[in-house]
Amino acid sequence: MSARPGFPLPVPSEDSAPFWEYLRQGELRVQRCLVCTAFAHPPRLMCPNCGSFDREWVPVSGRGTVYSYVVTRQAIHPSFEGHTPYATVVVELAEGPLLTSNLVDVPVDEVRVGLPVMVALVTAGDEVTLPLFRRM
Amino acid sequence: MESLRNRVAIAGIGETEYSRASGRSETRLALEAILHALDDAGLRREDVDGLMRWSVDTSSEAEIASNLGVRDLAWFGEVNQAGNVGAALVAHAAAAIATGLAHCIVIYRGVNGRSGRRYGRGEVTGRRGQGAAAFTEPFGLLTPQHQLAMVARSRMHEFGTTSRQFGWVAVSEREHANRNPRAMFYDTPLTIDDHQSSRFVVDPFHLYDCCLETDGGGALVLVSAERARGLRKPPALIRAAAQAGHGERGFVDTAAVSLAPRLWAQAEVAPDEIDVAQIYDHFAPYVIFALEDYGFVARGEGGPFVEAGGIRWDGGVLPVNTSGGHLSEAYLQGMNQLIESVRQVRGESTSQVEDVQLSFCDTGIGTGAVILERDR
Repeated sequence: MSARPGFPLPVPSEDSAPFWEYLRQGELRVQRCLVCTAFAHPPRLMCPNCGSFDREWVPVSGRGTVYSYVVTRQAIHPSFEGHTPYATVVVELAEGPLLTSNLVDVPVDEVRVGLPVMVALVTAGDEVTLPLFRRM
Repeated sequence: MESLRNRVAIAGIGETEYSRASGRSETRLALEAILHALDDAGLRREDVDGLMRWSVDTSSEAEIASNLGVRDLAWFGEVNQAGNVGAALVAHAAAAIATGLAHCIVIYRGVNGRSGRRYGRGEVTGRRGQGAAAFTEPFGLLTPQHQLAMVARSRMHEFGTTSRQFGWVAVSEREHANRNPRAMFYDTPLTIDDHQSSRFVVDPFHLYDCCLETDGGGALVLVSAERARGLRKPPALIRAAAQAGHGERGFVDTAAVSLAPRLWAQAEVAPDEIDVAQIYDHFAPYVIFALEDYGFVARGEGGPFVEAGGIRWDGGVLPVNTSGGHLSEAYLQGMNQLIESVRQVRGESTSQVEDVQLSFCDTGIGTGAVILERDR
């Protein structure tokens, strides 16, 4: 899958830049607190659990299950024309964090809560790699 | 510390017509509504010393003040987030009046939500992939209904709530709109089959789960309870007013989980003492989720409650959104529901509940709520 017109690309920020950079290098890593080891996603500057600024980026298995999903059937915005229907899922990673994503190989009518999935890195433009998921 | 309880009142309400194309500016709509609200209260422009607005409102307090002729603006402010801040504004204004920082505060909303920038298309809330939206928008979660549909799915999975139960929210509210000549859907009935056969916009939301897009204006005038007692209309006393941040809640809990204990404690009443409720129905399922998270019913019982007619004016245990709500009257982002909650206290609703003492209004599924009380 290449870049999808109409879907904004992520704009990395101070706290999220490493997430996107690791993906570009082919790795899914999630931010974790060095002190209390609590995961945080989306990433942030400070650990909301213990208050530490000391963060690390740890590789995760990429395995997870579909926690929730929606199917966009109407092109709500003109730029979605030709892209509906599409499913957006929230994946609960085996390590715990929840990631919003898309499935690359599952027809929208087959998406279910609890579906086991595995990360699939897909480039979207020259600079961006997105963590999508495939059925396991 | 002295509580807010019944020290401040909503003394005036005003609104314009609700339409798909107002033909005038958002500032003009706000000003017209403000004049109606002042007239309703029996107050004059020169009485106003405070102005408050939704941060998403496009009319600054300076612009409104200069048009109204307010020369000494003692109190102004706004509350951020999105459409869901109406009750929070009431809380802020009430606190200011109770402490003497201002004496007559107008809360206003003027919006061309259909003919102008459209919320339903992400034209207001879209972030172009920046900030936290970097983790949602690239995957096609671009509008409020996307985010909220995700929570709705989780709750369907968790508590067994069904799309048909969502439909009974829409049908109940439509019945109320069919009794309200101001409502955009006054002339149009809705059946449960109409709901179930309507197209999916964002599955699990059918078309009739989604609120209207509306052009219109609305305003509230707040003064001390003492002053309100001498004005034109019976005061709607602010028994309690509270707000809550979205926070980190995952995909099941609404903000009402945080707000409800504080609200009920502040009001010193229990949910079963409420006579009528307005609940922020940007999407029909959220009426069910609010009923559950505020404690009107237990979790998982909101769907069956609605299906059994629990929120209907005609025979319901707790009539909800008696003007037709955001689904069928107008989507003025909580303003029209605050106005309706005042009407219920005064006895002025087109679907008036008998002998209302306590009128509840949520304006964001837990991000803010007020409880109004009839003066005894």
